[in-house]
Amino acid sequence: MNETRFTDQHEWVRVDGGEGTVGITRYATEQLGDVVYVELPKIGRSLAKGAEAAVVESVKAASEIYAPVGGSVTAANEALNDDPAKVNADPEGEGWFFKLKLANAAELSALMTAGQYADYVKGL
Amino acid sequence: MAQTTSLLRKTPLHALHVELGAKMVPFAGYDMPVQYPTGIVKEHLHTRAKAGLFDTSHMGQAFLSGADAARALERVTPADVAGLKEGMQRYGLLLNDEGGIKDDFMTTRLAGESDLYLVVNASMKESDFAYIAERLKGLATIAPQPERALLALQGPAAAAALARHAPGVEALSFMKAVRTEVAGVPAIVSRTGYTGEDGFEISIAAKHAEAVARALLKEPEVLPIGLGARDSLRLEAGLCLYGHDIDETTDPVEASLVWAIGKRRKLEKDFPAAEKIVGEIVNGTARKRVGIRLDGKAPARDGTQIADKSGRVIGRITSGGFAPSLNAPVAMGYVETAFAADGTEIGLLVRGKALPARVAPMPFVPHGYKRAK
Repeated sequence: MNETRFTDQHEWVRVDGGEGTVGITRYATEQLGDVVYVELPKIGRSLAKGAEAAVVESVKAASEIYAPVGGSVTAANEALNDDPAKVNADPEGEGWFFKLKLANAAELSALMTAGQYADYVKGL
Repeated sequence: MAQTTSLLRKTPLHALHVELGAKMVPFAGYDMPVQYPTGIVKEHLHTRAKAGLFDTSHMGQAFLSGADAARALERVTPADVAGLKEGMQRYGLLLNDEGGIKDDFMTTRLAGESDLYLVVNASMKESDFAYIAERLKGLATIAPQPERALLALQGPAAAAALARHAPGVEALSFMKAVRTEVAGVPAIVSRTGYTGEDGFEISIAAKHAEAVARALLKEPEVLPIGLGARDSLRLEAGLCLYGHDIDETTDPVEASLVWAIGKRRKLEKDFPAAEKIVGEIVNGTARKRVGIRLDGKAPARDGTQIADKSGRVIGRITSGGFAPSLNAPVAMGYVETAFAADGTEIGLLVRGKALPARVAPMPFVPHGYKRAK
């Protein structure tokens, strides 16, 4: 079964088995505007929960993306190098950033569910 | 946060921006549209392809009057104001006594009028007007025009779109200005702008601003454009942003703005810090403002350190970002003069890495000005 969880920094992580796919939410992309470059983490890199994992550059500014949970990076979405606009077009699908093998699945329980995140965004 | 927002000033087009769905941000004390739902990249490309309407009403407009207002103004600027012909506009630098740049501005001598019409930057207007008033005391009087709005219509289709509301403007060439009517209201129209494109700036009474803006936005070529695209357009055009690329710590020679110093002024040396500045024109400066192209895709922002190939820091970026027309990052900044030649390989220190880059000529995108034949 897979389940998507959200951080208050507007990252999402979709977990399938022991692997999580990470990206940023539609709300985040609306705040950032047009994404023009994404710096992705190297495969094999070990990330602690909350560590800086990627950088997303919009026309206006650079923003850090943090690991929602700890783990080691197993894949990076190289398609974003040629077409960073995928992040705006499909942030929670084709616009994913990287995948990681979870170090501690229990960390997920501290993250928001889709319903909780929707309420959180409404309050911003 | 809410309190800060309530202190922000609003331009006469504020309600229209909100109606159009703009994302509003604080800029120079005003609540301004950074982008519309179109988005910065599309707004940028649309302006280059067709025409974009910008609200620049936050900028400072004023009239300068006096027996010889032009000569008086030359006390604070190295521009040739006295030599400015009727119906012409000119770019000028406002200097402090050390030759540092207090602001950049436009001066216009309208046909048949003795007053000069000035436009200065929004963030500097109060300070500029106070400085001009003090330094020109007894010679000229500055009258700020807070009840005037300012619109810019920019892009290759700007002339056709504006001419439908102001017949005759298409005959103006670059840096010409006239009093005319736009959509039936009195206006000062000049063929100038801050995007590198052909285009116009339109000064009108604040009470007419919304009607004129709506009339122009009805034209099929015209979209509203926010400050985000305004910044990326001017960066591609190699134009300075005050407070970033130029300020009181930079002088006109370091800033590669020697062209803004009148020929006669260099000979007469009667502007602030003239001896120093003319000396620098002859002998050079320790650093220079240059354009920069990056080899990769990651942008380098304002404040990024610039290094030589050995890693020694030789300068700093003052404007940097993504150039939508080039689909690549570009920047401008100051480097030690030994590294200022086009093609010089440099590194930009971003997140602990040196991004490979080289000094490049500006503008990054050719200007589309309609110069007089």
